[in-house]
Amino acid sequence: MLLSTILMALREVRRNTMRSLLTILGVVIGVAAVIALVTVGDGATAKVRANIASLGNNLLMVSPEADRRIVNTGVAGKPFKEADVAAITREIAGVEFVSPTSSRGMQAIVGSRNWRTTVTGTTADYLAARGFQVAQGSGVEAALGTQRSVCVLGATPVKNLFGAENPVGQSLRVGRMSCEIIGVLKPKGAGGMGTDNDDLILMPLRTFQQRVAGNHDVTMIFATAREGRSTAGVKSQLEQLLRERRHVRAGEANDFTVRDMQEIIETVSSTTGLLTSLLAAVAAVSLLVGGIGIMNIMLVSVTERTREIGTRMAIGALGSDVLLQFLIEAVTLSSLGGVIGVVVGLLSAVGITSLLSFPFLLSWKMVLLAFAFSAGVGVLFGYLPARKAARFNPIEALRHE
Amino acid sequence: MSTTRQAAAFELRELSKVYGQGDSEVRALDGVNLRIEPGEFVAIMGASGSGKSTCMNVIGCLDVPTSGRYLFHGVDVTQLDQDQRARLRRAYLGFIFQGFNLLARTTALDNVELPLVYRGVKAAERRERAMGALELVGIADRAHHSPAELSGGQQQRVAIARALVCNPALLLADEPTGNLDSARTADILRLLVDLNRERGLTIAMVTHEPEVASYVKRVVTFRDGRIVDDHPQPEKA
Repeated sequence: MLLSTILMALREVRRNTMRSLLTILGVVIGVAAVIALVTVGDGATAKVRANIASLGNNLLMVSPEADRRIVNTGVAGKPFKEADVAAITREIAGVEFVSPTSSRGMQAIVGSRNWRTTVTGTTADYLAARGFQVAQGSGVEAALGTQRSVCVLGATPVKNLFGAENPVGQSLRVGRMSCEIIGVLKPKGAGGMGTDNDDLILMPLRTFQQRVAGNHDVTMIFATAREGRSTAGVKSQLEQLLRERRHVRAGEANDFTVRDMQEIIETVSSTTGLLTSLLAAVAAVSLLVGGIGIMNIMLVSVTERTREIGTRMAIGALGSDVLLQFLIEAVTLSSLGGVIGVVVGLLSAVGITSLLSFPFLLSWKMVLLAFAFSAGVGVLFGYLPARKAARFNPIEALRHE
Repeated sequence: MSTTRQAAAFELRELSKVYGQGDSEVRALDGVNLRIEPGEFVAIMGASGSGKSTCMNVIGCLDVPTSGRYLFHGVDVTQLDQDQRARLRRAYLGFIFQGFNLLARTTALDNVELPLVYRGVKAAERRERAMGALELVGIADRAHHSPAELSGGQQQRVAIARALVCNPALLLADEPTGNLDSARTADILRLLVDLNRERGLTIAMVTHEPEVASYVKRVVTFRDGRIVDDHPQPEKA
């Protein structure tokens, strides 16, 4: 009985192929949008996590501000001093590399070309802490400990200022200062959320403080935990030491922040996750709109087929048979929309993720959920027309022209 | 198909059907008494508005009377709800209509199978019984044609097969030849007469054409909601 009814419904759907397709278009778009958005969103989150993790899982970033959401910008808050860095090296055994930095966004000029980038004054430990390697040049690490007017370029400024030329030995102007290029860093690739890890110029911290910043501040400290030491343990030691040195009273909140990578990954993931859910919710609304389309066409169909309904009732259909028939037709339509939507959604997700070089992560749970939701839309919006048909008076229905 | 289940009669007692109220009250049926015995072939005649169609709807369990009783094999139909009447219809009645009312774009065979679908008969048995019914009305060779590919007479034969496939106790025919030319009309009527004579099928047929009524054993004539004439007539050779 059920099987025959489903076959009958499929025949009805095929009978009006064009109308059926237009009817289910809303559901197709809704399901496809939900699946494409969620899949691309999951891919983006995974990519961001992987990128951040590639910076080093044992990295700690210390900034002189209370509770900041996003790392790596300008000043604000009472800056650190070099003595703080010295104290960290001296007192915390679990720290392997410590690198004080002071940074500023500046224009770098070579001849007629210029490039805006971040100029960072730091020490030799920076390269190890951030995982940079020198591609060209020699004596880079030693030079970062001096106060010579030298600098090291990341891959991005090299590309934009020199093209294919070898920059080592040439000179470069940042602000009013001229410096000699002594090295080039190996590229690390794009970071998460559209940041470029290679867009930087390094120079000795002292040089930067004297010739660029004009003070002795340290605006950010990068530290790494030694192999085998827990990052969280080192983090709490760091916090304790800095509270003492910055005279934070017991019970008061830190006036600085120590972030470890795991924390940043969580923050960024929850942000992208939230964005994905919001977009999916908007897409789900179009599924509901699709359901209204189905209800509309089912009402039309019930009216058109009044005589047929009367005939069916005369030859033995109960009200419940008629109800079931139209309900199954509505669910068949919406499920068909769901199936097409899943296929379209997954195909677009494959396309978009490969275009943006995100990983393609297929969530079967989500596919099933989207499909079940589309079938549910059929039941929800098919019920009203089906009940209308089931309540027809057979005499009037038979007389209907 | 057996003929043994037609054990009892269909009996209307003091049946009235009233539409509207007060001044606009219309008495479509006004105290009708009618008893149809198993094996009868009755023509119900009358002008339009005489009440013959309303009477037919009541007999077919499609409509309920305002007052009076309708005994269907001894069961009082007026006491049943819509669903129970539908079950009664499904168990004992077959319908054919003036406009044939076949489902378009499905084959003749599918149309004949449909009542069996609602009775939960399995596919293989459905097919067999539907083919049997099509053979009985002499149109088995057109089983896989759609109604649009059949002539009016052929369509009505398919409709008769559909009505017979469940072996009904009573076949109700509402102006079955109203849309047919005289040759086809004679064909269909001869088929009905044969079914009545050879298989003992009880038939009640509404018509307003006297020559159609001439095929039957008994003619009941309605006027203004009442039966004004009810007489047997000699069988046609």
